[in-house]
Amino acid sequence: MVYKLVYENLKHRPVRTLLSSLAIGLGVTMMLALVGVGEGMLEDQANRARGVGADLVVRAPGSSVVGMGSLSMNQGILEYVRSQKHVALATPIGVHSTGGVSSIMGINYEEFAAMGGGFRFREGGKFSAQNDVIIDDLYAREKKLKVGSFLNTMNRDWRVSGIFASGKLARVMIPLTVLQELASAKGKITMIYVKLDDPANTQAVIDAMKKDLPEYPIYAMDELIKQFSVNNLPELKAFIGVVVSLAVLFGFLVVFLAMYTAVLERTREIGILKALGAGPGYVLGILLRETVLLAIIGSLCGILMSYGTRWLISTFIPASMVQAIVYSWWPIASLITLAGAVLGVLYPALKAAKQDALDSLSYD
Amino acid sequence: MAIIEIQNLRKTFRSGDVDVHALRGVNLLVEKGEFLAVVGKSGSGKSTLFHILGGLTPPTSGVVKIDGQSLTDLDEAGRTKLRRNSVGFVFQKYNLLPTLTIRDNIDIARDISGKTAPWDAAFLEVVELLGIAEKLDRKPRQLSGGEQQRVAIARAIVNQPAILLADEPTGNLDTENSDMVLDLLRHLNKRTGQTVLMITHDPEAAAFADRTVQMRDGELYSA
Repeated sequence: MVYKLVYENLKHRPVRTLLSSLAIGLGVTMMLALVGVGEGMLEDQANRARGVGADLVVRAPGSSVVGMGSLSMNQGILEYVRSQKHVALATPIGVHSTGGVSSIMGINYEEFAAMGGGFRFREGGKFSAQNDVIIDDLYAREKKLKVGSFLNTMNRDWRVSGIFASGKLARVMIPLTVLQELASAKGKITMIYVKLDDPANTQAVIDAMKKDLPEYPIYAMDELIKQFSVNNLPELKAFIGVVVSLAVLFGFLVVFLAMYTAVLERTREIGILKALGAGPGYVLGILLRETVLLAIIGSLCGILMSYGTRWLISTFIPASMVQAIVYSWWPIASLITLAGAVLGVLYPALKAAKQDALDSLSYD
Repeated sequence: MAIIEIQNLRKTFRSGDVDVHALRGVNLLVEKGEFLAVVGKSGSGKSTLFHILGGLTPPTSGVVKIDGQSLTDLDEAGRTKLRRNSVGFVFQKYNLLPTLTIRDNIDIARDISGKTAPWDAAFLEVVELLGIAEKLDRKPRQLSGGEQQRVAIARAIVNQPAILLADEPTGNLDTENSDMVLDLLRHLNKRTGQTVLMITHDPEAAAFADRTVQMRDGELYSA
């Protein structure tokens, strides 16, 4: 019976129910979108690293595992790597930040292409001039670029010579030598990707190189890819914590306001229930159930809206951001929202439960 | 046997800095199965008497017993229990829950008192008698005032309370509907032996009762 009353109350004020649910859902969407972007971008980075086709990577001393890195490694090390037993191919990579999380990557085209089985060009082809750039299809879509278009970065206009299928480490690539010259870092690289004659030799090669290059982080690609996790990014974890707190506050405020208004609006009805013999627990139970139901509907709205944010991201900024749908966060976000909602209803519900029956019945 | 027993009942309100003596030593005995009308003008104290008997407000002093249970020392929880089990209310403004159907408005009173069994044959007969059997799945706003008041009567007696308290039950109704509601109250009283205490300012309505008492300036007088 109480559930029927709760359901009818929600149905009786459809706009209030809808707006409250959407507002509660926004908190859920905030959490799911942020966690999804974190996971999505790391997953995308891992996929693109996998697309290089290498077996191991040698990075500059002191560089972060999942960071972009900079042109800080001496290129001379490349010859040492190439001379190692079982090394079939080693290619240097230069990375230069162009602001925020964007970067431009310098490659030795032939080597890089050979390592990963070549580029699949959607349009155009490899660099043919010093100011040529190749970009992936997502970047082209986001920036509305075509072969022959010009792209301005690093204070220079680059002509797009080719658009390749994404999944090849970077979205924007130029010749390594050009990058080194522009960044005033001749002879400097960021990392070396290495392909072996047989992947089974990976650990043996790493062990051998670590003896000679103890300060250089050297990872097998599988191991590197496993590092692309939110747990390895304390800043992202802290940011998720902030957003979760905001979502709790959001849920609290929305429910507080919605239920406080509902309690005022239903003063007379609460009086009727009390006249019929309903105790504080009965009244409290009605409002708590109503809140739980609102939180459930809100969570479902939030989950649906997180698909909306994913669509927006993949449609308008597919190269800058990737949002994954992280199913494991559905119950977490819903429970967090529920906690905020229950906190929000406590005061209005206690106010209703303590309301004097006679005063409530006289309320117009 | 008296189902309502009131001795020297007093109720004083604080209104601003002034004490208002709403009831000044009321004495009353109501027999089980009696239909009593309390008649008085606005401000005479009849509504205060109604609220005390219904457990909506505590008395200041005196003795009030319903079905042998003293109301004088009841706390809020005790008064809630009294409303749940011993008293049925019919208000002037019907006071039905607008979001529920007629059936659910009646059922919620049963739910509050912890009863889950379906309506028994006797109550189904009452529903027929009240003329609301065909309208159980409608919402209150789809019913006329007279019909809504008949639903309120059904809700008030569904838990078989010791007393049915009706506060100006015809105050919002036209003559035809007033007569119908009062007729039904009298009929229920005679047929089921339900004790009814009706508060009214209207002598014509009071005429439907077995006995009438007058309330004036917080005191009761035999009519």
